[in-house]
Amino acid sequence: MSEVAPPAAAPVAASTPPVQATPAVEEGYRTVGDYTSTKPVMQARKVDVFYGDNHAIQKVNLDIGRNEVIALIGPSGCGKSTFIRCLNRMNDTIESARTSGEITLDGENIYARHMDVVMLRARVGMVFQKPNPFPKSVYDNVAYGPRIHGLARDRADLDEIVQTSLVRAGLWTEVKDRLEEPGTGLSGGQQQRLCIARTIAVNPDVILMDEPCSALDPIATARIEDLIDELKQNYAIAIVTHSMQQAARVSQRTAYFHLGKLIEVGDTDDIFTNPRHKLTEDYITGRFG
Amino acid sequence: MSSQPGRSVKEAVAQGIGRRYRNERIFKALGLAALLIGLGFLAFFFYTLIANGYTAFRQTRFLLDVELKADVIDPRSSRDPVTLATADYQSLVRDALRARFPDVTSRGELRSLFALVSPGAGLDLRALVAREPNAIGGTRALWLVADDDVDVMVKGHVRRDVPEIDRRLDDQQVGWLTELEEQSRVALKFNRYFFVGGDSRDPELAGIWSATVGSFFMLLVTLGLSFPLGVATAIYLEEFAPRNRWTDLVEVNINNLAAVPSIVFGLLGLALFINIFGLPRSAPLVGGLVLSLMTLPVIIIASRAALTAVPPSIREAALGLGASKMQMVLHHVLPLAMPGMLTGTIIGMARALGESAPLLMIGMVAFIVDVPESPLSPATALPVQVYLWADSPERAFVERTSAAIVVLLLFLLVMNAAAILLRKRFEQRY
Repeated sequence: MSEVAPPAAAPVAASTPPVQATPAVEEGYRTVGDYTSTKPVMQARKVDVFYGDNHAIQKVNLDIGRNEVIALIGPSGCGKSTFIRCLNRMNDTIESARTSGEITLDGENIYARHMDVVMLRARVGMVFQKPNPFPKSVYDNVAYGPRIHGLARDRADLDEIVQTSLVRAGLWTEVKDRLEEPGTGLSGGQQQRLCIARTIAVNPDVILMDEPCSALDPIATARIEDLIDELKQNYAIAIVTHSMQQAARVSQRTAYFHLGKLIEVGDTDDIFTNPRHKLTEDYITGRFG
Repeated sequence: MSSQPGRSVKEAVAQGIGRRYRNERIFKALGLAALLIGLGFLAFFFYTLIANGYTAFRQTRFLLDVELKADVIDPRSSRDPVTLATADYQSLVRDALRARFPDVTSRGELRSLFALVSPGAGLDLRALVAREPNAIGGTRALWLVADDDVDVMVKGHVRRDVPEIDRRLDDQQVGWLTELEEQSRVALKFNRYFFVGGDSRDPELAGIWSATVGSFFMLLVTLGLSFPLGVATAIYLEEFAPRNRWTDLVEVNINNLAAVPSIVFGLLGLALFINIFGLPRSAPLVGGLVLSLMTLPVIIIASRAALTAVPPSIREAALGLGASKMQMVLHHVLPLAMPGMLTGTIIGMARALGESAPLLMIGMVAFIVDVPESPLSPATALPVQVYLWADSPERAFVERTSAAIVVLLLFLLVMNAAAILLRKRFEQRY
């Protein structure tokens, strides 16, 4: 009988540390680093989210700053997606989800009774993990938001919004001759840029991105990253990513989540060169993930 | 690993592999056999139906020289439509027969001679006169419709050489028929009555038009009620209703309703719509209401399945842009789910079209000669017409029953084909 691969417990080269189970964090943990921003758009304070009995995120405090990109990193199931889905109340669509704490947008509590989710989501746009253009034309995809919110006075206005949004999303030159073709017929990277164009057509204050490049190839990813860098001049951006390199490339601030707790926040350069918490260091050096 | 207990992989696989392939072959053969048996039954079914039914599309007619006597049709030359409509045209037919067989004189013989021609012949003459009043006074060579007893004999369904007691035409009538045939005055012509007529005691005049119109009105009511209600229910349950014990209960009961025998819905319709609400009996409106009860669960279940099949990413995209839930449903989810909903609806409608049991309960089994004018007039439906004819003793109704089934199946085929086309046409990849 032939030899098979050695068991996982066998010693391996030091350059690839063994992958370990995700370590636990003690109760009542306080975030390392400064979670505030000098020019905050959104501020989350003591945010808890439960999915049924599952305490998904615990007492998270974090600011989203104007004209900057904040990257949310952490192992799978750490609550980073849950957190950004609180920021535009997309968690409301999950029946078992309960949110407590306070999240403000320009000083207004978004979970207050008078706050309308439709209004909120027009101001806090979202780009999803998998490109999800509507099965309509490229034009209609971008025009949908302005149409339902009544942003354009007439057709010419709408045309201009569509064009500006596509230009800003870096897609205009590729699609200007095929605006009437279905958005689902574009390539994956183009679809994701179309989704970004669709989001910025509403001119939100904040753009949330939930792993926007995880379904894309490296070239398409690079284009999206360039785009994110440009967009931060006009918008506050929060991006969830599994790629440490991506976080380092596009963000100014980084927040490390672990098992529902925000472990460490800081300037991206500091986090990646000089992490203060052991878990952060272990995660970014690939000791678990 | 050499320390692994048991046999080597190669040995073990080699030993079992023949058995695995054999099992696969047996399974495939069984599946194929089941399919072939099913197709065989279907072929037999269609063969018997069509073999029995195709003769109904033609009927026997006699070529007779009919004198359209002015003193019978319009004695005062008034050309008044009422006078023209009420004249005794059948007597003109009788005179034409008498002229063809001058030897027949006794009353009894004359009666059996006249029995060769259908009472519909006079009606055809009336229609001719109404169409061309100038024909009055002249003589026309006309193909007049024969009695059903003649028809079945000409078509060979009843043989002439059986003893006289075993057939409806006596030897004398067969003799006259043979004489007419020798003069080439008997022929099989297209059976117009079958398509434009209502039910009749005379099989040669009976048709499916009134039943078709009855079925049409009924389906109209069913579609108008069950489609909007079903789709709205599905949207509410799938998109808006909270998931709790009540909605679970509703869901279970909808699934149960789909399995309730249709006759029970018929009894419910009788008790509720006719006895309590006082709606008319035998009306397509009530039939449509009853069939709606039956079709609703089918549409709800199909529509919910269609809604569930719309990927959540589309919903998230719409909500993420700030669409309200209603906008999300109307702009994105519903258009994507619509082909599936329509497919389910058409299949539900096809089932409703073929349903007869509940209609028996609400009096749509009546003998209806006239074509219904509205969903409130008394009517019958195609499958009930089949049931009525299948129950009739006349030999000529056998082929009409089969022919009516063929027509009903054609309608069902068209509807199901439409459902398939719709699904193919609008199949979206997202």
